[in-house]
Order: sequence, then C-alpha cells, then structure tokens
Amino acid sequence: MLEMIYLDPLFAIEVVVSGLLSGIMYSLVALGFALIFKASGIFNFAQGAFVLFAALTLVSLIEGALFGVKLPLLLAAAVTLVIMVVYGMAVERLVLRPLINQSLIILFMATIGLNFFTEGFAQMLWGAQVKRLDLGIPEKPWEGLRLATGITLSVFELVAAAIAGVLVLGLTLFFSKTTTGRALRAVSDDNQAAMSVGIPLQHIWAVVWAVAGIIALVAGMLWGAKLGVQFSLSLLALKALPVLIIGGFDSIVGVIVAGLIVGASEKFAEVFVGPYFGGAIENWFPYVLATVVLLIKPQGLFGEKIIERV
Amino acid sequence: MAGRRQFGEVILSVENIGLSFGAVQALSGVSLEVRKGQIFSIIGPNGAGKTSLLNCINGVYHPQQGQISFKGQMRARMEPHQAAAQGIARTFQNVALFRGMSTLDNIMTGRNLKMRRGFLWKALWWGPAEREELAHRAQVERVIDFLEIEAIRKTPVGRLPYGLQKRVELGRALAAEPEMLLLDEPMAGMNLEEKQDMCRFILDVNDEFGTTICLIEHDMGVVMDLSDHVVVLDYGRKIADGPPEQVRRDPRVIDAYLGAAH
Repeated sequence: MLEMIYLDPLFAIEVVVSGLLSGIMYSLVALGFALIFKASGIFNFAQGAFVLFAALTLVSLIEGALFGVKLPLLLAAAVTLVIMVVYGMAVERLVLRPLINQSLIILFMATIGLNFFTEGFAQMLWGAQVKRLDLGIPEKPWEGLRLATGITLSVFELVAAAIAGVLVLGLTLFFSKTTTGRALRAVSDDNQAAMSVGIPLQHIWAVVWAVAGIIALVAGMLWGAKLGVQFSLSLLALKALPVLIIGGFDSIVGVIVAGLIVGASEKFAEVFVGPYFGGAIENWFPYVLATVVLLIKPQGLFGEKIIERV
Repeated sequence: MAGRRQFGEVILSVENIGLSFGAVQALSGVSLEVRKGQIFSIIGPNGAGKTSLLNCINGVYHPQQGQISFKGQMRARMEPHQAAAQGIARTFQNVALFRGMSTLDNIMTGRNLKMRRGFLWKALWWGPAEREELAHRAQVERVIDFLEIEAIRKTPVGRLPYGLQKRVELGRALAAEPEMLLLDEPMAGMNLEEKQDMCRFILDVNDEFGTTICLIEHDMGVVMDLSDHVVVLDYGRKIADGPPEQVRRDPRVIDAYLGAAH
C-alpha cells in the first residue's frame, strides 16, 4: 500500500499543490498578525477572534439578522467590511491609544482581553450556532484539469487561493509603492523618527487596524465557507503562529512564503510520513517545523536580524 | 565669525520651563531665545537635560511648567508631528533611521508633510499621486546632491557605516525644508574627517537655506567654532547664556565641566 503511494508522482504533485493552496490561506490569516506586529510591535492575540467576528457578521447579514432583511452576498460583504473597519479603528482608539508608551507585554495582555471580548461580543450579537456560508464557489474537482493532467484539485481551493493571492499582492504593492505604505514602514521602523518627520502615528495605526479588519473579513469568508462559520474559526490564530515563527513576525514576504511552506509540508508529511506515526500528524507537524526554525534562525527565515550594539 | 553676524527676530522662545519625571527634575526654570538664522548650541555635562530640552521643543515631552512659542505661536500641548508641520525637523542622538528602507526612501519620508494629496490619494500609486511623488523625488535628489551621498542612494541604510547614517538622517530632516533644525549630537562617534564634513554641511545649510539650527554637541572645539550663541545646562538648570567666547570664560561653566575649586 505504502509502496504504491510512493510510486505515483502525480499523486505527490496533487498533495503538494493542494497543500500550497491551503497554505495561501494560512498566509492570509498570518498576514493580519504580521501587519499589526510590524507597525506597532504588538502581537494581536485577537486576530483569530476578528476572523470569527467578520465571518459571523457576514453570514448573519445574509441570513437576515438585521431587521429581517436578507442581504445578497456582495452587499453583506460590503456592510461587513464597513463594520470591520470601524471595529478595527475603534479598537485602536479605545484599547490601544490609551496604552501608548506602555510596555509591549501590557499591550499584548490587552489584546488577550480583546480576544475574549470580541469572541463573546460576536456570539452575543449573532448567536453561537454553526452556520453555513455559501460563497457560490462550487466545492468540486476541476474536471478540465483532471482530464488533461490527471491531477484532482478542488475548484473552491483554487478560487480561494486566487483571492488570497490577489489580496496579498495588493497589500504588498500598497506597502512598497504608496506614500501611506512608506509612512507605515517608517512607523514600524522607528516611532519617534516617524513622528519627527510629521507622520501622525495615530492615523497610521488606525489604517493598520482597519486593514487588519479587512484581512480578517477575507479570511473569515474563505475559511468560513470551507469549515462552516463556527467558534473554532477563532482558533485559526493557532495555525498562524507557526507560519509567523517560520516566516518572521515582521516580514510580509516571509509570512506568505511560510504559509506556503506550512501548507505544503503538512499535507506532504500527513500523506507520506503520517502512516509511520499512525496518521493525524498534520496538526502538529507545523509546530515541529517552527521549532526547528527557531533553533536555526530565531528571527524566522525572513525576519529582520536584530543587531544590538553592546 | 560669531557675534559679527546679524540675526532676525526671535523664532523660538522657551520661557521658564520645568520638566520632571516622577521625583527626577530633568529641567527647571530654563529660558532661552533663538533668533532666526542663528546656529545655537546647547551644551552641558552628561545628564544635564540637553536632550530633554530638545524633546520639549519638538513636542516629544510636555513640560509641566513654562511655555514654548515658535514663530510667535504659543503652543498648548503639541505632538511631534505638529511640531514638524510648523517647520521643526530634527535628528536623534542614536541614529533613528528607518533601517529597512533605502537612503532614498528614508529621505523621501522627510517629504511626508509636503505631500498635498489627501490620504486616499496617497494610498494609491496612480495619476496625480504619481506625478506628485515624482516632483518630490526631484527635491529629494537635490538633498542627496547637497550631502554628496549619490553613491548610496539605493543602499538599505542598515548597511551603511555610522557616519553616513548620520548624514542620511540629516538629509531626511532637510527634505522637509524646515525653518528650524534640531540636531542632537550630530557628530557623536565620528572620526575627525567625518566631523569636518558634518561641520561643513551644517554651515552650508545655515548659509544657503537660512535654516536656524539648534544643536547639542559634546566636542567643545566644534561648538565654539560653529556657534553664534551657546547655552550651558547643568543639572537641569541654565548656568550660562551668551556668545561662545563669553561662555568659554565663564567660571561657572568651567566648574561644571571640570568640577569645582581648581
């Protein structure tokens, strides 16, 4: 049985590619963390709860939770987008700005509180039962590709990966090409210096939290459609952690590459190494990988090397 | 040179400011007046409150007593980005560059306030926003020429030697076309040649653009040569205020630097 699996290169390709596709979606979740970490040095523990909040809001709007009006998908997504942007900016204004100049551990603890608040708030508003989210993307194999090459890939995964890819590309261009993006990188490199050249720190942070809200929405839509909209979406944060460690907390490129690495390697390990361990190694394999990376490159594969003058 | 030059009206006036952190009194009763076009130096032993004073001027700290006015405008509680908007640019004691960016991008951030397009425009790289960006690039190139750093335009600043990093930091401050430039130990850690270059740039900036300069420096030779006016701080108080040749002879200054009774 095992021999047969080894001998089929098409199957190996299929495993890796489908791993890469889900990997892009890990990148998406991790990106929300990396963004805030980069701009403010805060590890936003609540990012997973944001994803849950976005997905629950979206699905509830579609189901008519607001004044009994059932919104079509696109409109519901637009309304959710506004809600997430406002929520992100409110978090910056009400939770983080009063804590400015406090040590990072205090900010981190504040985001833990924010995590529980957001989870509870989302479920209080929209209820806690599992809901189905249908984005209208068929969840079936792509026949054309299967007939041409013999590789079976799900249409949903391909589309989801494409959406995630476009978002990631858009954010990368935003950070590298635009003035706001440059101001953001400036803030992430040195708060004091950024303010001294006239960059208003609070505006930039507001943008960052708003963008984190948008990323949470896209991640919530894709993951919600894949897994169902339920409480466990907030645990996606745990999937993002090894991605962040491998890629480096402050590197957008690193997070994207690491998402791909995690996605591909966990599937590959599950299928080809898993049987020796009795299976189900997919869930803990990324952590093993992350630990190895920590031992070799503590700042992650793409993280900024910290050189301190002694 | 000092004393013979003529200066304009008072551009910055600091009146009787006091700043404390808990029980530590960093500044008490410090007053000074900087005139337009001056090179104004703040000196004093370590821990005298020089950087705290500079931080008050550009709004990083908010003094509990006294008041500061710039260009005749009294300020209530000012944040650094508002000070920058009024025309105050600065450099930092330990180089505070954006390490991940190239020299060019670093200096470009200095143009941030000059960019007129609104926030949403800036978020796009398209049409008017792009044209405006190019106009700012031209100005940044002039700063790069002026500071003779063409060769390192594209280099990430983290890789540059210390002296050049300080020069890039000066470039970023100059890109804002400030009316007043605050320099916190612009020559610390430099070798003789780098110091001479930096002196030349400071004099040229002052001379060519008429920028008022307020600097902190430890190298006494440099301070006495460059400055039009010197203020000496010790334990958060002002102990001398005047042209360099007068300050140099002041017995209280000699005491502060060498210890009393000699």
